[in-house]
Amino acid sequence: MNETGPTPGTPETKNPAAPQGASAAKIYSVVLGVGVICSLLIVTTYEVTRPIIKANKLAMRQRAILDVIPGAVTSRSYQYDEADAQFQLATPDAEESELIFAGYDEEDHLVGIAIEANAMGYQDTIRLLYGYSPEKQAIVGMSVLESRETPGLGDRIETDPNFRANFEALDVSVAPSGNELAHPIEFVKEGEKNEPWQIDGITGATISSKATAEMLRTSTTEKIPMVKAKADDFRSVASTDQRTIPESEIVPGAGSVPKPELVPDTKGKE
Amino acid sequence: MAVGLEQEAIEDTNDFLDGVLKRNPVFVQVLGMCPVLAVTNTGINALAMGLATAFVLLMSNIVVSLIRKIVPAQVRIVTFILVIATFVTIVDYLIQAISLDLHRALGAFISLIVVNCLILGRAESFASKHGVVRSIKDGLGMGIGFLIGLLCLGMVREVTGNGTLFGVNLFGESFQPWTVMMLPPGGFFTLAAWLLFFNWISKRRADKALQQEVAK
Repeated sequence: MNETGPTPGTPETKNPAAPQGASAAKIYSVVLGVGVICSLLIVTTYEVTRPIIKANKLAMRQRAILDVIPGAVTSRSYQYDEADAQFQLATPDAEESELIFAGYDEEDHLVGIAIEANAMGYQDTIRLLYGYSPEKQAIVGMSVLESRETPGLGDRIETDPNFRANFEALDVSVAPSGNELAHPIEFVKEGEKNEPWQIDGITGATISSKATAEMLRTSTTEKIPMVKAKADDFRSVASTDQRTIPESEIVPGAGSVPKPELVPDTKGKE
Repeated sequence: MAVGLEQEAIEDTNDFLDGVLKRNPVFVQVLGMCPVLAVTNTGINALAMGLATAFVLLMSNIVVSLIRKIVPAQVRIVTFILVIATFVTIVDYLIQAISLDLHRALGAFISLIVVNCLILGRAESFASKHGVVRSIKDGLGMGIGFLIGLLCLGMVREVTGNGTLFGVNLFGESFQPWTVMMLPPGGFFTLAAWLLFFNWISKRRADKALQQEVAK
């Protein structure tokens, strides 16, 4: 190539500017120097973007929480305290996966509880959030937080209206003994659902829809009896600062509440 | 003969247009096929991936060109990879800050920009031998060329595979999407069709030039 650029040297030389026999000291110092500058750049970007990314993640989770609890306009994060055997408001440094979110309507009445579940799907782990209504004893909503399922096939667990209809009122009532579900969630083939605790699969996305049903079954079997038994833990804060007369029963889910705007997670204010 | 004509033309045009048209990384050089096939299932994914790659390409070209005189030849690849990886990490954070949904859709392929042979190829074969201004032109040209390539695939695959373009529904409810176009085989089919198209155009152009020469 006949270059007229600022590069000195003959066109035949492969790398004219850099001496071939550079000393070890020079090699070390150049690589180290470039490495240090690069790390500084990365750290700076990380520090600048971290609050934005964190806010994005919170907003996304908030959207999902209010999405899976119809009628909720605000939410609080709770975590289970082993020592006291009750749910308490989560501390800011709590493990993300151990959090349970309680959703409240405008009058700060508990309308539902959002719980995270995850399991292996077809491609990678599927993480989802489901809403539980203690009053209806049913799952009332489901939202996929993270999935890499095949576009057009497995990702129908997020888009297929028939599949999503499974989670409008999926029965998870607790057995009289109080520590297990009366009917654990079952997975059936598409169109064969005839009990309220069964999940209709998706033809063409059997693995993804089955994984969704399985993780819900595992998670609900483990958590719902406890959440139901301790449902008052989620109301206690509301009753102290909002209500003067404690009510023994929550107001039935305000079904027609318009879709709420993003409400900052109260956890962030504390 | 046609090849000889084309090479002559390359040296005449400037660095920017070279990357966009004559030496388009996707359709002419067929470089960086991994993201081309993997994340072009929708127009928006293709756009984001193309912009991310173009940004990394441009920035690494600038930096490599700036440091080309102080980097010893023995460690140049290591240094170039270090520079490229830095910008890829920065892009990864930026995309997370812009939209988590987008970051989810692109998945692992953002990190894999590091091993996109197009970027290291330009750093080694162009930026390490030319000044900053020409390297910027080259980075911009190649980056936009790559973006165009991705968009060509992504738009076709989204329209046929999902009936939408950039998320806007085009055909209404009655459209039965060709699911295969969203899947990896659809990527290969679309790429093959585009390569066929571009090769046909360049062959036709070469034939015409040859005919004119003969007529003279």
